[in-house]
Amino acid sequence: MQRIGVFVCWCGSNIAATVDVKAVAEAAKHEPGVVFSTDYQYMCSENGQAMIREAIKEHRLTGVVICSCSPRMHEATFRKTAVSAGLNPYMVEIANIREQCSWIHKDMAEGTEKAIILARAAIAKVHLNAPLVAGTSPVTKRALVIGGGIAGIQTALDIADAGFEVDIVEKAPTIGGRMAQLDKTFPTLDCSACILTPKMVDAAQHEKINIISYAELDSLSGFVGNFTAKIRKKARFIDETKCTGCGICTEKCPSRKGLNDFNMGLNTRGAVYIPFAQAIPNVAVIDSAQCIHFRTGKCGLCEKNCSAGAIKFDQKDEILEREYGAIVVATGFKPIDASAFNEYAYSDSPDVVTSLEFERIMNAAGPTKGKLVRPSDGKHPHEIVFIQCVGSRCTEDATKGKPYCSKICCMYTAKHAMLVREKYPDVKVHVFYIDARTPGKNFDEFYRRAVEQYDVDYIKGMVGKVSVEQDHLHVQGSDLINNEQIHINADMVVLATAIEPDPTARALGTMLTASMDTNDFFTEAHPKLRPVESPTAGVFLSGVAQGPKDIPETVAQAGAAAAKVIGLLCKNELTCNPCVAHANEALCNGCSQCERVCPYGAITYEDKEVRSPEFRGIKRIAVVNGAICQGCGACTVTCPSGAMDLKGFSNSQIMAEVDAICR
Amino acid sequence: MSVNQEWTPNIVAFCCNWCSYAGADLAGSGRMNYPANVKIIRIPCSCRLNPLFVLRAFQRGADGVILCGCHPGDCHYSTGNYYARRRMTMLFSMLDYLGIERGRTRVEWVSAAEGAKFAATMNDFVKTITDLGENKKLEDLRCKK
Repeated sequence: MQRIGVFVCWCGSNIAATVDVKAVAEAAKHEPGVVFSTDYQYMCSENGQAMIREAIKEHRLTGVVICSCSPRMHEATFRKTAVSAGLNPYMVEIANIREQCSWIHKDMAEGTEKAIILARAAIAKVHLNAPLVAGTSPVTKRALVIGGGIAGIQTALDIADAGFEVDIVEKAPTIGGRMAQLDKTFPTLDCSACILTPKMVDAAQHEKINIISYAELDSLSGFVGNFTAKIRKKARFIDETKCTGCGICTEKCPSRKGLNDFNMGLNTRGAVYIPFAQAIPNVAVIDSAQCIHFRTGKCGLCEKNCSAGAIKFDQKDEILEREYGAIVVATGFKPIDASAFNEYAYSDSPDVVTSLEFERIMNAAGPTKGKLVRPSDGKHPHEIVFIQCVGSRCTEDATKGKPYCSKICCMYTAKHAMLVREKYPDVKVHVFYIDARTPGKNFDEFYRRAVEQYDVDYIKGMVGKVSVEQDHLHVQGSDLINNEQIHINADMVVLATAIEPDPTARALGTMLTASMDTNDFFTEAHPKLRPVESPTAGVFLSGVAQGPKDIPETVAQAGAAAAKVIGLLCKNELTCNPCVAHANEALCNGCSQCERVCPYGAITYEDKEVRSPEFRGIKRIAVVNGAICQGCGACTVTCPSGAMDLKGFSNSQIMAEVDAICR
Repeated sequence: MSVNQEWTPNIVAFCCNWCSYAGADLAGSGRMNYPANVKIIRIPCSCRLNPLFVLRAFQRGADGVILCGCHPGDCHYSTGNYYARRRMTMLFSMLDYLGIERGRTRVEWVSAAEGAKFAATMNDFVKTITDLGENKKLEDLRCKK
């Protein structure tokens, strides 16, 4: 029989306001095996923990039940407390009477009754707990960073500077990501390329960083410290080791109709191309769907003109198999498709552009060499309307927009407005906004400069319709402050489109078994206390993949993710989860059902000598590798003889909880 | 059992540790109310739920049993919720065959970010069970003290 101590936490008034904690502690006293029961204001505090330690020693407790917040919050804390008092950490059970009781029930009597039942279930379970000892597993001292934008580059640099090897896998032919497409950055108006490209070069030249460009993660197996990744390096039809990046092939290519992705499709490029001048690696890539050679078997001009002999039309996708200890997701974002917002005539007029397209128009390396002209006729515009929140904070139609605030649009619109007014003081600039959100260092000052110093016309209200008329765009909107309808004849309209996670994120999340929210942003392990870790051990988050953020926040998060990765890779071995499956040798008959459902291949079979009342002799039985088993429990249910069980969540423990709840 | 004299159902909710239990916690921190007759048992994965546990709950007098797990494709263990879905489908057929009301057991996918969905699901499930009334067919009165 266990000697159980029950500790009921008030959590200040968080629990005590709707649960009579004294009554819970009193009721627990009458449960079998409970030799000590008490309540305290903050069990997690140093005093609370000392109380638990003393009680364990004084009452020779063999099991502890803490009635408190969620085990996801403080299970680890109380396990450590138990260890410091000489008790096995797995003899502690938590009854979640805060998140799953006091916070959701207003009625004191109901809350107290439920808390007593939850405590009773935890007590029933702890009766069946057994001390567990965690094993260890080694750590591969190499990190994988998925995504080579500013988030991925910064994470990789920080990890590599600590002396660990890093592979950056980037799906595009070059690293740089979205930041490489930007012209200036708010609120300092730094040139984006000028601050990004040195980092790209640092990453390329770092002896610990290996950039695998034009590649995607194909599959992943393993677990924290021991991941095995298969990386598909897509055929670029160019020998990377030979190409010098001279660019002659890109000039000679006669197929000129490919849309230039880097310029958001505003101009065209050849079938063989280098995305932009500072691309890393500075190596060309052939778009096989566009290339005349791939379509007709003729042409081959690039091959003839390449003095380095780098063109390889027969190149195939290559699968690299690499091992990693940690993975960082830095997959970034893309702007949403603005064509869903046809009220703004995006599909009808080339003069209605998205902000990222506008960014390319304003950029000296862009399709217009930085000259602000209308895409339709190349004329200088005289009046520009910016529309904010296109698809952001869109709660009425989930198929059209996003319910969240994209966070960066208010600031980049202020930047665009300011840049236009700076370069072309003759251009009138109007901005339609719902709220101007500027909560960052020097952000509001920046926005005010746009309004006060650059005389940008900010109109609080939304645009109802943009109609294409002969030589202009008719913008009809409302001014909520003056309560009037506004009609503007604009030459260009710029849509501050919402941002969404990169389309590859969802499949990647599935591959990494990392959880995501309904908008496909990766979920953090704790929204406040563990913001750069995924709930999946060994997977870390960096940049917009986790949620909308600007460049300084992305860089800060990248550093934080790197610090977490370094902390992991520093260790020579990791403690495994001891809550793993095991087979009862007396019952197992080696039928192989469990092996088939195990997602990790943790189960093998051995011929073992068994001496039990039912069977004596040698038989084939299942053996679980505790370092590989992750403790899902699939095998326990599939086992027809009931031989498989899961430590910490055993059949008898779960049934004891069921019984206690239904008593 | 009940606080008021009138009958209220007793509901057991099995929640996987990675998605639905976290979703339930999120419902809590968001103060999203649902009735106190829902009691949650944490399991590592929805595939840990042996259908026998559901029968056990009914035998012991539970009026409704709900299993919540990660959305298909999002399982922390890759495939666990697919196993759970198949096993529960089998259990549903068996319960149908036994003449147990279909509404008494349910499977829902609730992610760690769906606190509101968790609360809404529980409110709806409690309502369904309240409408169905007490579980008399499977309850074994010998189990009651």
